[in-house]
Amino acid sequence: MKTTVTIPKNRNRRSLSKTDRFTLTAFVGIPSLLQIILLWIPAVVTVILSFTYWNGINIKDIHWAGIQNYKNIFVNNPIFYQALKNNGIWLAFFLLVATPLGVLLAYQIDRGIKGHAFFESIYYLPVVLSLAVIGIIWNFMFQPGGFVQGIMGRDLAHALSIWGNPSINTWVILGVASWRHIGYIMLLYLSGLKSVDPALKEAAAIDGATEWEIFRKIILPTMQPVNIIILVITLIESLRAFDLVYIIYGSPTVFPLLNLLVFQNFAGQGISMKGAAYAVILLLLCIIPIITYLRVVFKEDLK
Amino acid sequence: MSAGVVQSEEYRNNQKRKDGFISIFIGIFAFVWIFPILWTVFTSLRPYNDVISYGIFSWPRHINFNNYVNAVKEMHIGIYLTNSLIVTVPSVILTLFFGSLIAFVVTRYQFKFNLWLLLLFTAGNMLPIVLTYIPVFWMFLWVGDQLGNRNLLYNNYAGLILVHVGFQVGFATFVLSSYMKTIPKEISESAKIDGANVFRHYWNVILPLLRPALAALSVLMSTWIYNEFFWALVLMSDDSKRPITSALRRLQGQYVTDFNLLAAGAIIAASPTVILFFVLRKQFIAGLTLGSTKG
Repeated sequence: MKTTVTIPKNRNRRSLSKTDRFTLTAFVGIPSLLQIILLWIPAVVTVILSFTYWNGINIKDIHWAGIQNYKNIFVNNPIFYQALKNNGIWLAFFLLVATPLGVLLAYQIDRGIKGHAFFESIYYLPVVLSLAVIGIIWNFMFQPGGFVQGIMGRDLAHALSIWGNPSINTWVILGVASWRHIGYIMLLYLSGLKSVDPALKEAAAIDGATEWEIFRKIILPTMQPVNIIILVITLIESLRAFDLVYIIYGSPTVFPLLNLLVFQNFAGQGISMKGAAYAVILLLLCIIPIITYLRVVFKEDLK
Repeated sequence: MSAGVVQSEEYRNNQKRKDGFISIFIGIFAFVWIFPILWTVFTSLRPYNDVISYGIFSWPRHINFNNYVNAVKEMHIGIYLTNSLIVTVPSVILTLFFGSLIAFVVTRYQFKFNLWLLLLFTAGNMLPIVLTYIPVFWMFLWVGDQLGNRNLLYNNYAGLILVHVGFQVGFATFVLSSYMKTIPKEISESAKIDGANVFRHYWNVILPLLRPALAALSVLMSTWIYNEFFWALVLMSDDSKRPITSALRRLQGQYVTDFNLLAAGAIIAASPTVILFFVLRKQFIAGLTLGSTKG
């Protein structure tokens, strides 16, 4: 028993010459070092900084704050709760509307309708645009003198403030964000759907199953890994949402989001370690989806 | 048997009718989908004065590329595009190189740390990026000061490239290692028996086999890095060094009244990724598929 375990190990080691061992160390070492120095150490440092006071200017000025930064966030700080609420609305909207629409679109395009490759490209087009460009494009639609105002018969003098109106801006922002998200989900789902055997669908239909039953009982179970990945992507994208709103407003005052609060306190003018604490809160929220994702994609390896 | 055939035929005819109906819907929806982009293109082709005198829904009196010419001249779009190129190309090459090294070791050698390495890299790609900002910023300044040039990494292309590589290499590692698992182990065995050392095994045997995955990833990564916004904004203090996506924000503030000029700028900024997508659509989709469903 003992020998059978040790033999492959020894062979593996013996076949490696000194040069080979050096090469392998470099192969693993250089990328790992880069990853650790640029990502993991800074992440840990940020967690530590979240327990300090510091204005981000002189390293000597750092001093211990305990959990005060977190207290300042949780107590008497309505913008944090507004941000949580907005991230929550974002998440709910993506989960209940945008992601299902992406899946529906994929399902319909997968029927092999005429010109499906063309439709696929059109729906995917917004995903290749940067959010800076998306912000400009939609600004043309909504700003005074823009398309939507024109349709509503409002000229420059009587323009509505769409971005500034708290009762509609949430939906407008979510709509624009979905414009990009739906295409992304569609393409991810579509690539999975191509592996589902169409004969299964046909057999079920002949047995009298409705379209919805086919989807629920055949497609969804077959697509299990993709379903979870899409769910995780939706969660993470909703929590990390930043670029679009930053481009439209430049600050978190009109439409607070967690990531905007991190940016404002951490990277904007007047740096404080409250930003680090916000970043840690964001990280904690992201951890469950990240672990779920890792467990799904490395299922076999983890066994 | 024959009943089955009839049923099958009935099902197919039924499906065909449904398909026709659905494709009309999908077509209409598709038009709505790209309308904002088409509208921006239309806006970019009209002079500003045309809109002011006749209204936005007026039939365009002049259609020309003047806004594009002016965007290049006044907004210095050329400089920003060059910056994007200087940052994107080395970032993509380094990311794929490092990613392929890790993927190679993890799938061809049985080390105990393999799984941990994969987890470390894949998880790194999913962290919220702002988390690392302050420490990275300080590290860049510190390294610069130690080497006698404060702007060695901060406010320089090199720093931006490093940060992009650090973040994207996780995704590349993940995709390439799952792709490499589909390459038969026998190929590696015979390379080892033929006496190829580790470097030759990687460079002459594995790398050529990875070509389809590398092609797919390079298209996807180019778009991601080109479109990246946050790091370019915080790590580049000189506007003239910024890549186009982060420069656009300032231009948007500066040219807020001249929609038509700004529209031309936005279209120019968007065109590299859009062209890449249409020309290499297959690679693009392959890259995403490799990443999402794993082999």
